[in-house]
Amino acid sequence: MTLPRIEYNHAYLDEQTKRTIRRALLKAVAIPGFQVPFASREVPMPRGWGTGGVQVTAAVIGAGDTLKVIDQGADDTTNAVSIRRFFERVAGAATTTDTGEATVIQTRHRIPETPLAEGQIMVYQVPIPEPLRFLEPRETETRRMHALQDYGLIYVKLYEDIARFGRIATTYAYPVIVNGRYLMDPSPTPSFDNPKLHRSPALHLYGAGREKRIYAVPPYTDVESLGFEDHPFEPQRFSQPCAICGSTGVYLDEVVLDDRGGAMYVCSDTDHCERTAAAPAAAAAAAAERAPSRRAGAYERAHSTRMHTFDEQEGAHA
Amino acid sequence: MYVAVKGGERAIAAAHELLARRGRGDRAVPALESDQVRDQLGVLVSRVMNEGSLYDPDLAARAIVQAQGDALEAVTLLRTYRTTLPRYGATVALDTAGLPSERRVSATFKDLPGGQQLGATFDYTHRLLTDAADDEPAGEGLGTGLRPARPAEAPAAADGHLDARMPRISDLLGAEALLEEHVPSPGDPEPADLTREPTIFPMSRAERLQALARGDEGFLLSLGYSTQRGYGRTHPFVGEVRVGEVEVEFVAPETGEALPIGRIEVTECQMVNQFVGDAVTPPQFTRGYGLAFGRAERKAMSMSLVDRALRADEFGERRVGPAQDEEFVLAHSDAVEATGFVEHLKLPHYVDFQAELVLIRQLRAVHRQRDRAGHETTAGDRVGQSDSIGGTP
Ligand SMILES: [Zn+2]
Repeated sequence: MTLPRIEYNHAYLDEQTKRTIRRALLKAVAIPGFQVPFASREVPMPRGWGTGGVQVTAAVIGAGDTLKVIDQGADDTTNAVSIRRFFERVAGAATTTDTGEATVIQTRHRIPETPLAEGQIMVYQVPIPEPLRFLEPRETETRRMHALQDYGLIYVKLYEDIARFGRIATTYAYPVIVNGRYLMDPSPTPSFDNPKLHRSPALHLYGAGREKRIYAVPPYTDVESLGFEDHPFEPQRFSQPCAICGSTGVYLDEVVLDDRGGAMYVCSDTDHCERTAAAPAAAAAAAAERAPSRRAGAYERAHSTRMHTFDEQEGAHA
Repeated sequence: MYVAVKGGERAIAAAHELLARRGRGDRAVPALESDQVRDQLGVLVSRVMNEGSLYDPDLAARAIVQAQGDALEAVTLLRTYRTTLPRYGATVALDTAGLPSERRVSATFKDLPGGQQLGATFDYTHRLLTDAADDEPAGEGLGTGLRPARPAEAPAAADGHLDARMPRISDLLGAEALLEEHVPSPGDPEPADLTREPTIFPMSRAERLQALARGDEGFLLSLGYSTQRGYGRTHPFVGEVRVGEVEVEFVAPETGEALPIGRIEVTECQMVNQFVGDAVTPPQFTRGYGLAFGRAERKAMSMSLVDRALRADEFGERRVGPAQDEEFVLAHSDAVEATGFVEHLKLPHYVDFQAELVLIRQLRAVHRQRDRAGHETTAGDRVGQSDSIGGTP
C-alpha cells in the first residue's frame, strides 16, 4: 500500500486563505473595534492556544519582518516558544526577544513595557472576542447591541461592581470604547495595559480563532477604558519595584518563595527586565533613547505623562 | 524559583521525546501499523473521518496511530491537514436510494420494498468480553462479533445483498404526502461550507447539518437523548437507517458531465417525527436527517434527532430544551474547539491571576480597616469572589 505523501504549503496557510484573512483585517482596520467574522482555519495547535493570533501573524508576516512572541509577557513560556518555533519552521521567520527590534509581536495577555513605535504590529491571541458575552450569551443579540450601540448592560455590570465592592472589580479584559463607537474587549490583558492602547502609534490586530472573529485598533486611535465620573477607570498599581531590575511602574509577577507567605515580585515582561538589569544605572536613560526616531513625539509625551501620574499615585499610596 | 519558567524550549523537546516513548510502549511488541487500524478499528476510523470532515480511511488511520488512540487529537491532525487542501467544488448530491445497502433497517414498517437487511451490526450481539483466542464456530458462538467464523468473502449477492433498488422510506411516505417534502433551498445553490466561510447565526439548514456532521458524537448523542426525555420532544421513529457504499460524482467543468470520482461508505438516518399541520396545511410527518462517513450509526441517529429539534422555529414549536437552541448546540458541538479551549486552562494565566490577587488583597485590606474602625459588617457588605467581564480566558 502506498500512502499519499503529505506536504504543507510554505508558511502553512495557502495564499488564498491568507488573502481571505487580509481582507478581514482590512475591514477590521477600517471599522476600529468592530468584530469581523472570518473563516478561521485549522492551524497545527489546538483551538484556544492562539490559533487566531497564528492566522493573523501568518497573514501579515513578510520576508523582511522580525517576529517576537510572548505569553504572560515572557518570551520563554512554553506556548510562546512553541509558536515562535512554528514560524521559524514554516515561514523561515527571523525572530527576536527584543521588543524594539520586532516588527510583529504576537502576544497573549500582555502588551510590552517598552513603548511601541510606528510600523510595529501587535497581534493578540483572543479567547472570547465579545465583551458582552458573559452578560448576553447569544451572538444574534450581542450583534444587535453593537449595531444599536446599546451598551447599557456593561455599565450596569460595572455599577454592580461598585455597589458590591466599592470599586470596579474588573482587573483584566477590561472593556474599552474604540474610536468613540465600538465596545471592545482588549483581550485578557490586565487593565494595567489598557492605557498603552490609547493613541498607540502601533497597529493592534486581534485574532479569535475558535470564535472566528478579527478586530483591530489602528494607529493613533482613541481607546477609552470604561468608567464613571465619580468612579473613573483606574489601572492596577504595584507598590514595590521589580526584585531583579528595580523597575517601577511595570507589571509584576508574584513569585511564591515558600509556604509561609514569602514572595518576590519580578517584571512580567522578561525582555524589559533583562535589558534593564543589564544596564541598571542607565536604565531610565536607555529606555528613553532606545528608539526615539521611531517613536512619535505625541505618544512619548502621553506615555511619560501617564507614567508620571502613575508614580504620583503610587507615592500617595505608599 | 524564578528559573522554573525558563528553559521552555528544552522542556518541550524532552516532553515530546517522552511522549514518543510512551506511545511506542514495549519494544518487544510489534509496532501498530496504520493499515491494521484502518481495517480492524473501522468504527474509530469512521469517527475520526466524520469529525475531521475528510473521507480518507488511510489518513484517518495514520492520525489515530500518531495520536496514540486519542480520537480528538486524531481529528485535529486530520483537520489541520485537510484545511491545506484545495477545494474544487461540490459533488453531485449522493443518491442514497441507489446505494446497494449492506445494512438497512426501518422501525416504522415491518416490510417495505427492498426489504430489511441487518448487515454488520453490534445489535443483538451479546456484550460479553471474551478471550481474543476464542474462535467462534459458525452459528454457535457467543455472538460477540469478535471473530468471523469464515474468512471474508466478497460481500456479494450470495450473502443476501439486496440489489433491487430500495426506495427511501421517506419517498414511500412522501408519495402519499404524509411526510413533509424534501425541498432543496431556492435555486438549489451549492451548499455553504463552514470550513471556508465565516460562521454567522442563524445558519441555513445545510450549514447546520454540516456543523452536526463535524460535531462530537458524544455531545450529539446526549443532546438527542435529552429530546427523548422531554427537553424538546419530537416523537421520533427511525424511518430508516442504512449503511453502504455510494458512488460520488463530480461535474468536471471541462466536459459539463457528471463523472464518477470514487466510492465512499456512508451511514444515513431518516428520522420520521411528529406531524404538524394547521387549518391550511393538512397534517404531515416531519423529518430529521443524519448522514455520516463510514459505519457511524450512533452518530447518524443522534444527528437526525438534533437536526429535527433545531427545526423548532420552522414548525412554530416552543423552544424549551437546549437541543432546540441553534447557538447553544452549534457553538458547542465541535469537539476540537471544545477540547482546545478547555485544555488551554493548562496554559499559564499568572498575569490575570496576579491582577485578581492585587484586587482581592486591596478589597480585604479595606474590609479589615472597616472592621477595626468598629463598623458592623452586614451580610450585604461581605466581599465575595470578584468577577471579570472577560471571564477566565
Ligand atoms: Zn524587572
